[in-house]
Amino acid sequence: MQKRSLSFYLLAIFFGLFVLFLYGPMITIFILSLQGPDGTLTFPIRSFGFYWLGQVFQEQRVGNFVEPWQRSIVLGAIVTLLVATMATLSAMAFRQRFRGSTGLFYLTIAALIVPSILISLGLGVMFQIVGWSTNWMTSGLGAHLTWALPIAFLIMLGIFNRFNPSYEEAAKDLGANDPKTFWEIVLPLILPSLIGVSLLTFTLSYDEFTRTSLVSGQYNTLPLEIFGMTTNVTSPALYALGTLTTLFSFTMIILAYITVSRLNRRQRG
Amino acid sequence: MMSKHWSTLKPYFLAAPQAIALALFLVFPIVLIGVVSFWEFNGYSMTPAFTLDNYIGIFTSDVTLKTYLNTFKFVGWVWLATLLIGYPVAYFLSFHITKLKWQVLLFLICTIPFWTSNIIRMISWVPLLGKEGLVNQLLMGVGLIDAPLEFLLYSDFAVVLGMVHLYIIFMIAPIFNSLMRIDRTLITAAEDMGASGFNVFKEIILPLSAPGIAIGSIFVVTLVMGEFITVRLMGGGQAASVGKLIQTQIGSLQYPLAAANAIILLTVTLLVVFSILRVVNIRKEL
Repeated sequence: MQKRSLSFYLLAIFFGLFVLFLYGPMITIFILSLQGPDGTLTFPIRSFGFYWLGQVFQEQRVGNFVEPWQRSIVLGAIVTLLVATMATLSAMAFRQRFRGSTGLFYLTIAALIVPSILISLGLGVMFQIVGWSTNWMTSGLGAHLTWALPIAFLIMLGIFNRFNPSYEEAAKDLGANDPKTFWEIVLPLILPSLIGVSLLTFTLSYDEFTRTSLVSGQYNTLPLEIFGMTTNVTSPALYALGTLTTLFSFTMIILAYITVSRLNRRQRG
Repeated sequence: MMSKHWSTLKPYFLAAPQAIALALFLVFPIVLIGVVSFWEFNGYSMTPAFTLDNYIGIFTSDVTLKTYLNTFKFVGWVWLATLLIGYPVAYFLSFHITKLKWQVLLFLICTIPFWTSNIIRMISWVPLLGKEGLVNQLLMGVGLIDAPLEFLLYSDFAVVLGMVHLYIIFMIAPIFNSLMRIDRTLITAAEDMGASGFNVFKEIILPLSAPGIAIGSIFVVTLVMGEFITVRLMGGGQAASVGKLIQTQIGSLQYPLAAANAIILLTVTLLVVFSILRVVNIRKEL
């Protein structure tokens, strides 16, 4: 057993505090959403129960959140499909040098780091000038793409970096054309990673707020609806909704992590 | 012949969808912002023109300039906090956790909140920091304070705290990545030659992790620069940022003015990014 240094313990404590800082607030609202009918927005808790989780589904309590939720799901699915396709294709393109590849790479990074208000404003102005009204399905979709696409692309780049091209070459030597090689060799090999990336892309879109906030038009996605509630819902129902949607995201993320590690292990073994 | 053409053209076809999407939803909108920033606004609609009034208005307004300063203040504090908290976290993960399995697990724990909703993460602070929040209750319970601390929520402090909470992973991940790439034999060699722990850190680890710090800093600076949501939710009424200003101007349909502000914000952001890139060479990391 290796002897740990003092700095290990100090940093371990620091790390522990950091994790507490990351998760503490979330845990707080989980606890506060499990109150009885006499619950309030703050501690102390008088009684425990599932009252407020039930209240989320009562329209008069928090407004109608089912439709925004459905919108977020639909939009998330569309974004995931588009992003997974585009990111896979372009990551494959980046396996060889081509003119403009550096430019496209930096453009993609730029999409990630541009101040989000510029995306919102730019799309708003664009739709205003063209004369279209903003809508979660159109301008909202554009805003989501600028956020999810760069992240998925970077992950896919990493996946293809570790991808062994000899399988592909073997297939080609045996006379398979490009599409056939992709469907029968490349896709099955990257599938676990692709599923993971898709799930993560979905949560990125599902939880996106800042870029969509000014261009969603008349109908809100779920995060926008929740933002609206912060000003007029003053019961723990708000926390309950927050808890439910966070648990939903957690499920996606953990599913993504599990899929990737499971299938990777199976492939190796 | 045919196949040779195809193999040179293939990457262009593959990259085209992504390039088109970014051109349509990123480049084109930002170009339009640039154009519209020179347009006129007559109180209810915008008309094509070439006027510098929007820019002149911004540079001659004390309130607006103060808003800019306040934004830079947020950027500075958040950058410093994310670096000072993020570096030790990344260092602990890469140098003190030796088993790869644990490294991956602990790093994932750090990243999970990033995939969840920003709004919820923000709202979560309210029951902790509010006047009747847990922190105040605890401090009063122990007898450290008599009256609840007001500055914990709806203040500049809360804004910085909220942003650090949201964006620190953008600092940790690049630093962790560059720390993981450091050749461990370099450190052994330095130790064998008698370097102290501090010297190893100063002469080897810190310089080699500089690209990670640079990338993390670029992320944090650009994210905080356009922030308006944390400022709105955590800052209460008085807190101001350029992002929030732009949002308000969009709300009242003052697109040309909002566009001029956005262009200035973008210019400042790019200046910061380029100065970071001048100081640190990040190419190795990409």
